[in-house]
Amino acid sequence: MNSRTEEKIAVNILRLAALSAIAVLLFVIIYVAYKGAGSLTMTFIFENPRDMGREGGIFSAIVSTFYLAALSSMIATPLGVGTAIYLCEYTTESAVTKIVRFGSDCLAGVPSIIFGLFGFVLFVIYLKLGWCLLSGALTMTFMILPTIIRTSEEAIKSVSYELREASYSLGATRWQTITKIVLPQAVPGIITGVILGVGRSISETAAVIFTAGSALATPESILESGRTLAVHFYIIAREGISMERAFATALVLIIFILLINIITYALMNKFIAGKKT
Amino acid sequence: MKQAVREAFISKILLLTALSSIGALTLITVFIFAEGLPVIFKTGFFDFIFGMKWKPSRGIFSIFPMIAGSFAVMAGAMLVSVPFALCCSIYLAEFAGRTTRAIVKPAIELLAGIPSVVYGFIGVTVLVPFIKNNIGGNGFSVLGCSIVLGIMVLPTITSISYDALRAVPDSYREGALALGATRWQAVKMAVVPAAGSGIIAAVILGMGRAIGETMAVIMIAGNSLIIPLSPLDPVRTLTSNIALEMGYASGMHRQALFATGVILFVIIMALNILATRVIKRAVR
Amino acid sequence: MKEFMDTNLNKNNMSETNLSAAKVRFDNFSVSFLPDKPGGAIVEALSGINLSVGDKKILSVIGPSRSGKTSLLRSVNRLNDLHPNFVPGGDILIDGAPVYASSNIDITALRRKAGMVFARPVILPLSIYENIAYGPRLAGNNSKPSLDELVESALKDAYVWEEVKDRLQSPAASLSGGQRQRLCIARVLSMRPDIIMLDEPTSALDPVSTAKIEETLIALKSKYCIILVTNNVKQAARVGDKTAFFLMGRLIEHDDTSKIFTTPRDERTENYITGRFG
Ligand SMILES: Nc1ncnc2c1ncn2[C@@H]1O[C@H](COP(=O)(O)OP(=O)(O)O)[C@@H](O)[C@H]1O
Ligand SMILES: [Mg+2]
Repeated sequence: MNSRTEEKIAVNILRLAALSAIAVLLFVIIYVAYKGAGSLTMTFIFENPRDMGREGGIFSAIVSTFYLAALSSMIATPLGVGTAIYLCEYTTESAVTKIVRFGSDCLAGVPSIIFGLFGFVLFVIYLKLGWCLLSGALTMTFMILPTIIRTSEEAIKSVSYELREASYSLGATRWQTITKIVLPQAVPGIITGVILGVGRSISETAAVIFTAGSALATPESILESGRTLAVHFYIIAREGISMERAFATALVLIIFILLINIITYALMNKFIAGKKT
Repeated sequence: MKQAVREAFISKILLLTALSSIGALTLITVFIFAEGLPVIFKTGFFDFIFGMKWKPSRGIFSIFPMIAGSFAVMAGAMLVSVPFALCCSIYLAEFAGRTTRAIVKPAIELLAGIPSVVYGFIGVTVLVPFIKNNIGGNGFSVLGCSIVLGIMVLPTITSISYDALRAVPDSYREGALALGATRWQAVKMAVVPAAGSGIIAAVILGMGRAIGETMAVIMIAGNSLIIPLSPLDPVRTLTSNIALEMGYASGMHRQALFATGVILFVIIMALNILATRVIKRAVR
Repeated sequence: MKEFMDTNLNKNNMSETNLSAAKVRFDNFSVSFLPDKPGGAIVEALSGINLSVGDKKILSVIGPSRSGKTSLLRSVNRLNDLHPNFVPGGDILIDGAPVYASSNIDITALRRKAGMVFARPVILPLSIYENIAYGPRLAGNNSKPSLDELVESALKDAYVWEEVKDRLQSPAASLSGGQRQRLCIARVLSMRPDIIMLDEPTSALDPVSTAKIEETLIALKSKYCIILVTNNVKQAARVGDKTAFFLMGRLIEHDDTSKIFTTPRDERTENYITGRFG
């Protein structure tokens, strides 16, 4: 076979693979939208579920999801950004940085069911918090920490060294340089990481169901159990409680995830464009 | 000097936050092992791993069918995913134009964002009936799991291989092109081999993801306690064993689920460490 | 021959130091950089520098690249401390006080006292006003009237007031290259420093902006001690009261600018200023 023909065939195969990946994505979105759109009404969103989810909507699940995502990112963001600042600004490569990176890399690879088991023994049983949003959020904190560390580190590293030098030369301390110059420049990148973390909290099931529980009522405090959207979806889908409602819930989940991805993508592009001037 | 004290204090605080991730990892390890090891010791390490019977009601805990199940769906997922992911990453890194890349890459990454329960649900509503009607068995099978898991780990393998390919210096491409190779030959003979260890690391991390995935598998696998011998057999993995029974287990039974978690954790950590080793060697 | 020159030079410096109280004095000062990786070579960026800079004077520092000029400046305000591999030797005295020997020196105060202008005009991602107010704010000055006044006088002293007075709140990134560099000078002036160090401040600028900066420096001489590192020999001749020639980390010659440019004692100085090398 002629090498030009070979190239043509090869490139077409590669392109076909990429296209099928997109086709899968489109199939997932369109299929869920097609099956779920019919039941996705305003009342579905703003009504609480009744009769185990057979009737009513998903409002309490949205509230629980919001609590869980907000709480876990509120705890994980200072930890993650602090870690990134420490790695980028306070040390050179050393044994400590190696340990920190090892911890973060390993944590990123731990499967969610292990987080679930861990959160269950530590928070639910050992610390006697019981199944509650706080237990779930603390567990999710550990899960999203590596993402926030990694994106914050990249964002902080991308701030030019010259700016730091200029700040130091004007009599700024390290911390003043970080808070007044470095962090403001890194904010879009950091937000990207936080939003990705929120995305994980929204879509996570295994780690949340064993820590936050699956109570259907709207939680009144973070010390009460709550059923997030993903958990609610899992329960009504698996137990065959209501297929239409399951699809509509899945659609809501997918819309959230799509929004999150679009926002982070736009932020990243803006961030990269900002860095070029 | 007050300022100096404050700066020193801040750096201590930051060091503490930096230790949070390794602290979390340590806590996880300690708690999972503390809960899980007693059952492993009581059963005997060998019997726990290689025994065939899981009978919580009678206090018999052995997990070989689930280990076999986990590896079976992982292998299947790799068969589905690796060729696809390699094609996608090579296409994106070497052949796609800027606009194509700007559309395809985020789309593939979006696949990773879709909740695993949604994948599981689509698997049950679409794939399982399809397999049952067109191929055989009752549909809940290694095959179904492999396809869904293959799609789920596609973004992981693609994006890490993509980075590895992009990291290959342009001199490799130019060198081959200068010798009269076509673009494809340059990629095949110079670029892909140069990115080899990065790609291997990507596949290893993908394996970890596939073994660790829970919610999709639990919905599609059928969860029977047998060693799967055909792709159409139902299967129970380590992860789905934990998730299925955690809801009601107590006492020794619950500890046995943690013991399952110990084995899962060890397998995944081994894969992760292996992958970082491979990447480190590539950097050197 | 060379040794003779060095001792000769040292004598010369000693006598000068004794004559007038120096603002900045380099006392057998040296700089080395440890290797990044084990097994690498130590870089001797500066060795055995004895040099005094008088107040209300401009010292021009010339020399080919990598001769240690930047290292010299960055040692005065201890900016080199940011490099973990930096090792100083000897000392630098400002108004007689050692910069390195004293253990509890306030480095931020030192950096305010010895302001620095870099080769590339580095604009902080803030408004024009906040760029100038940055230093005073860090020093604890948050009173608006006082900052307003500082900003205005600094911009006036740096000859950019007229060009920016109507858009103080717009981002400093909107300024042109020459304006940016004068903004950087104003930013240093607002800290009310004693010493202004400039590291090749016009190397990235066009001739018109360069002329404006030189004009600014000459006007500022009446109030400050200025050290101007420049890659432009003619600029050194135009603005410096004294000129020091560095080569490969050593101070080769230091004298009145007129002497250096008419009757240099060292052949290497002559070669450099006549453009025969470097
Ligand atoms: N941070 C550093 N680490 C290692 N070597 C350095 C560092 N900074 C400067 N040097 C070395 O010190 C020598 C003097 O550099 P520099 O002071 O920048 O000279 P100049 O400003 O005259 O060009 C050069 O050989 C340079 O490579
Ligand atoms: Mg220089």
